[in-house]
Amino acid sequence: MKKSVFFGALTVAGLAAGVAAAGTLDDVKARGKLNCGVTTGLVGFAAPDANGEWNGFDVSVCRAVAAAVLGDASAVEFVPTTGKTRFTALASGEIDMLARNTTWTFSRDVDLKFTFVGVNYYDGQGFMVPKELGVSSAKDLDGATVCIQTGTTTELNLADFFRSNNISYEPVPIETNAEAQQQYLAGACDVYTTDASGLAATRATFEAPGDHVLLPEIISKEPLGPLVRHGDNEWGDVVRWTLNALITAEELGVTSANISEMAAGTNNPEINRLLGTEGTLGEMLGVDADWAMKAISAGGNYGEIFEKNIGESTPIGLARGLNAQWTDGGLIYSPPFR
Amino acid sequence: MSNTHAAFVRTEQVPPSPPPANAAGPVKWAKDNLFSTPFYSVLTIVALYVIYLILGNTLPWILNGVWGTSSLAECREVLDGVSAGCFSVLTERWNQLLFGFKYPADQYWRPALTFLLFFAAAAPVLFYKLPRKLLLFTAIFPFLAYYLIWGGTILTPILALVGTVVGYLVYQRLVSGSFAAGFFGGIAAAFVVWIIGGMLVPDNANEGAMLQAVPSRDLGGFMLNMMLGVACVSLSVPLGIALALGRQSDMPLIKWICVIFIEFIRGVPLITLLFVASVMLAYFFPPGTTTDLFLRVVIMITMFSAAYIAEVIRGGLAALPRGQYEAADSLGLDYPQAMRLIILPQALKISIPGIVNVAVGLFKDTTLVSVISMFDLLGMIRGPILASTEWNGVYWELLGFAALLFFVVCYGISQYSQWLERQLATDHR
Repeated sequence: MKKSVFFGALTVAGLAAGVAAAGTLDDVKARGKLNCGVTTGLVGFAAPDANGEWNGFDVSVCRAVAAAVLGDASAVEFVPTTGKTRFTALASGEIDMLARNTTWTFSRDVDLKFTFVGVNYYDGQGFMVPKELGVSSAKDLDGATVCIQTGTTTELNLADFFRSNNISYEPVPIETNAEAQQQYLAGACDVYTTDASGLAATRATFEAPGDHVLLPEIISKEPLGPLVRHGDNEWGDVVRWTLNALITAEELGVTSANISEMAAGTNNPEINRLLGTEGTLGEMLGVDADWAMKAISAGGNYGEIFEKNIGESTPIGLARGLNAQWTDGGLIYSPPFR
Repeated sequence: MSNTHAAFVRTEQVPPSPPPANAAGPVKWAKDNLFSTPFYSVLTIVALYVIYLILGNTLPWILNGVWGTSSLAECREVLDGVSAGCFSVLTERWNQLLFGFKYPADQYWRPALTFLLFFAAAAPVLFYKLPRKLLLFTAIFPFLAYYLIWGGTILTPILALVGTVVGYLVYQRLVSGSFAAGFFGGIAAAFVVWIIGGMLVPDNANEGAMLQAVPSRDLGGFMLNMMLGVACVSLSVPLGIALALGRQSDMPLIKWICVIFIEFIRGVPLITLLFVASVMLAYFFPPGTTTDLFLRVVIMITMFSAAYIAEVIRGGLAALPRGQYEAADSLGLDYPQAMRLIILPQALKISIPGIVNVAVGLFKDTTLVSVISMFDLLGMIRGPILASTEWNGVYWELLGFAALLFFVVCYGISQYSQWLERQLATDHR
């Protein structure tokens, strides 16, 4: 009945939009909103709070891009995607960018035709065991029963790790993280293995988190980062350099607290270029001169975002580890703003 | 005075004395039903022990439950090692569980009002003894509900209503000639009104509307399950009847279209159809446009359940004795009249349990939309609520609550159908 009204209107709107296909940057500016794909909920990385406001580590990247392009960190339409719908949502143009703890792999980059603009979190597969087991290294796990999510790369990584170390294990296949949590606590398996950030978040929900330890071995590389479609390099640059601006801000000591002071001009030329008081970086990118300042003001620099959402002061309590600045021995490294 | 020398004769009856204590009341009942043989006595005692075990563990868990804290960690502090539920999550996220996390908080009265009006609209359909004039409200309800839930310009629902009324009037006018002419003429007239009207409604009509427009993406929670369930059941029953009749048609084209549709839809899992609705359709439209996801999902679920209902009704049609068809023919009724007046009333009565079965299944299947990132009740629980740092780890309380809500609705549907069967029972059993 009223469907046809929708259909009629949609067809007309569809034809109009088909004619006006321009660059994503122009589209976002014209729309006044950034469509950003996030997860349907992952502790610390993206979840709406009791008021429906999205918060989290990945969400902050969306907000920073929206602030850089539109000058408003709240001008984001968060599109929740599941592991199954995320890539089609991006490929079909429903979302402008995807910030959904997605691992940068060869086939996703080359075959699915996405551009990963950088890495905002270096994750890896880890192990959690009860403290009373007295295990201090994953190599002591000979003969252990392991809870593992089926159909994921973690399953393959686990098999590789145990084979290369010449030890045996017995897998307990489980479907979801929630199930794994229950099985592990019920003692159905000695070890639970998944991404280290997921392990930390899971452990944080236990009644006695101190009774469980994360083993030091990380057995896979899971670089997580935001991605955009192939074929629109200008838009890819905007997202890439917004992420880099957050990282560089931490490296240069620009925080959300001192940014207005620093925006008045400093004697460090790189800060001046970053914040737009010197040079024309914003113009080259096709955004305002103070784009990076707005992006950093949105949620703070990389370190602040990390601390606020998943850092050691939060219940999740992740240490910086690999995600420390390169100057502190981590892998977080931004090319220079020049 | 004959009774003077027979003083011992009673003038009134002896009041019956109560039965012995062991032959009446709960004692007798227990003896007859629970302890009639030694074997049954053992079974009774074992059953009682199992019930005690279950209740002994769950009741304290429920009764000692904590309400009113703001996170799981606080719950645990309050409980201090005692094993009990943390029901605070239900109160803190109550609105999110019912309405999703994006429906504007100051507009919650709109879906709530729609929910109440739904009962008024459903009553005359469900209880045929109510005055038939109430059906007028039922006819208006879909448009009213659309306006209340989605808001925006009132022109859209009014236009849809006008189109429907025009279509109905055309049908009324043409149906005396032939049913097909009336049916297709009515549909064509409605479409003409919608298309012309659609051009007249200005693009920015939603701005400054009396009720704030709420896009479909912002719907969620149990409200979404109810909306999908009600919309899909009410659309799929007529569609299912049409498909069932089409499958029995003598016209090969219609027959084969119906057969292929039914067999194809029944051969495909619902979740596949939902993925097609949410993912694949985006490729068929120009980039940057999206059909309303809610509408896509309603179409897919309706198609799915219509195929099942069609088969249920076909079973009802097949159960009717051939004499009923012949009786209709001998009265000189044409096909639509025979169907409407003789065949369908009987066939539908036979099909009630099957239709209700499909309806209950469909209502529960609406939770599948959570896999295509729509936040129905289950999607809200699995996504945003369990992913918040405050409530990560609260499983039993949330899923138990969801189960309770679904049970109430499904049990209600099933009780209604049993009542209806009793009401319509005309045979002498």
